[in-house]
Amino acid sequence: MNLHEYQSKELFSEYSIPIPKGDVAASADEAVAVADKLGGSVWVVKAQVHAGGRGKAGGVKVCKSRDEVREYTQSILGTRLVTHQTDDKGMPVNSVMVEQGLDIQSELYLGALVDRSSKRVVFMASAAGGMDIEEVAATEPEKIVTVAVNPVAGLQAFQCRQVGFALGLDGNQVKQLAKVMDGLYRLFMARDLSLIEINPLIVTGEGELLALDAKVNVDDNAIEVGRQKAIEAMYDPSQEDPTEVEAAEHNLNYITLDGNIGCMVNGAGLAMATMDVVKVHGGEPANFLDVGGGTNTERVTAAFKLILSSDSVEGVLVNIFGGIVRCDMIAEGIIAAVKEVGVNVPVVVRLEGTNVEQGKAMLRDSGLDLIAADDLSDAAQKMVAAVGKAA
Amino acid sequence: MSILVDKDTKVIVQGFTGKQGTFHATQALEYGTRIVGGVTPGRGGETHLDLPIFNTVKDAVRETGAQASMIYVPGGFAADAILEAAEGGIKVIACITEGIPVLDMLKVKAALAYYDDVRLIGPNCPGIITPDDCKIGIMPGHIHQKGRIGIVSRSGTLTYEAVKQTTDAGLGQSTCVGIGGDPIQGMSFVDVLELFKDDPQTEGVVMVGEIGGTAEEEAAEYIRAHVNKPVVAYIAGVTAPPGKRMGHAGAIISGGKGTADDKFGALEKAGVATVRSPAEIGERMKALLG
Repeated sequence: MNLHEYQSKELFSEYSIPIPKGDVAASADEAVAVADKLGGSVWVVKAQVHAGGRGKAGGVKVCKSRDEVREYTQSILGTRLVTHQTDDKGMPVNSVMVEQGLDIQSELYLGALVDRSSKRVVFMASAAGGMDIEEVAATEPEKIVTVAVNPVAGLQAFQCRQVGFALGLDGNQVKQLAKVMDGLYRLFMARDLSLIEINPLIVTGEGELLALDAKVNVDDNAIEVGRQKAIEAMYDPSQEDPTEVEAAEHNLNYITLDGNIGCMVNGAGLAMATMDVVKVHGGEPANFLDVGGGTNTERVTAAFKLILSSDSVEGVLVNIFGGIVRCDMIAEGIIAAVKEVGVNVPVVVRLEGTNVEQGKAMLRDSGLDLIAADDLSDAAQKMVAAVGKAA
Repeated sequence: MSILVDKDTKVIVQGFTGKQGTFHATQALEYGTRIVGGVTPGRGGETHLDLPIFNTVKDAVRETGAQASMIYVPGGFAADAILEAAEGGIKVIACITEGIPVLDMLKVKAALAYYDDVRLIGPNCPGIITPDDCKIGIMPGHIHQKGRIGIVSRSGTLTYEAVKQTTDAGLGQSTCVGIGGDPIQGMSFVDVLELFKDDPQTEGVVMVGEIGGTAEEEAAEYIRAHVNKPVVAYIAGVTAPPGKRMGHAGAIISGGKGTADDKFGALEKAGVATVRSPAEIGERMKALLG
């Protein structure tokens, strides 16, 4: 689960990670009130969306007057911000963050995540912070310094010094950095984070370190088991794809894609494989959909509805490898779903596993226009042919 | 021979009396697995499925001599269950549970380093099966057939696909290990390949990977240096869209690695026979074995 910048900074405060003075605002009046409270003559107004690349996309503005704060906030609230990390519909801007303007001497990058290769929490930092950090990582990887935290010992002071001196900080700043990293690590472990990122971590004209931006992603499993209630309350569904939100309510794992062949599969690996095989045979998948292990009529029906809610779907490929779940039960679910939803595009069904013959017979005898397939390649070929014929 | 488990392996079930534990323990018993009891704290001394229930793994191991455990406890309690098994003397732990917080697994992984001879399979996996002898997990037993091929896979249902293919091709399986798809897991591809390499029953290995991480690349390197048996590999996710993301950290740490093409490339360079459709796994292996 992603958090907004202002929510992430609330967490930073709890762990003594220095942030600029500022607050969140949901209207132009509120934004001006925040600016008044902060005082000074320069403010930064930032659109709150779950995506990076806001600066380049016009989602961040340095304002030199109260009127400018008002005008910019008015202009951006209620719009959708498209950045290189969003799709072309962008993310809705429902609030902004107003912060004091700062004298920035240099911009650093500092991030931490769970690294699956080393099986540790790894900190990454670079003196080349700011908007082009990925470019730096790709072309000049030596400019990125990483340290992996031993989970038994925890983050050590030497690791912070190692990062600090590699970034070219002076002695006093290295001490500040150690405090920032210590706070980040404690926050990371206590709140079940999977990713934390400060880009940029700035050095001000006075030589102070401040987290100018904050991105936090929380482990969904930790939320699911119910041990991060305070963070769960920060969930903002407006930043999620509505179809995917609906899918999640039915315990379906669904991702919208660009093609015209809807896919319904059990298991994430098999779902990806099905998409791959569709593509091998010249088709384009319209979605990724994993109906999960305990497939029943209700879920199959919900899945059909989701798939068909997209106008671009011209055929549906069902690929179920019934392990413990019996194929006759799945066939029953498919038949009920197709009848209830009123499917009017070709449907290819490939069933495999326990009671497969019984399941296939039920589909054949249902009187519905279902195309039976024997294996994955056969199913993909029949689907691509059926869609081609329909078009 | 097989790897890790055979007909003599004594197995306990953690989360024995729950819905999942009961269902899959019943299936495993029907398959012929030597389930010797289970653990449900607070119900020690009772019986379930005509088998003894114990309060702790330690009690269960002392009373039954169990060597393996299958874990069906919910995600929030699974790390505790894994460590209880390790500390209790279990040598092969198959954790089926999905949805374990990743930081729990981070700690479990570090803690398991203290137990030299404990093998963790999973979590979030179908488990392990040696056909006809021992089924520890949620896989459908009837698609398996005792035979010549070792299967190791990150994916659940895709494992079944590989199993069925090798069964249909008349090759059968020595042992099938689902290592699970979580970011931090117990046994890796390399750990399992190391065992298949030395297992006389295993004449060839099918490896099923997925996009993300570098486990397949590490396996490729290991195969190149150590494995002389034929290996057929499939990687799911060539067409998977890049995940929506926030920030840059993921891209920086991966350095652009971990795509299906990278993995296919690394495996091919290591002499592995790759297939672009899982439907080709069986035939390809059959051709290689002659």
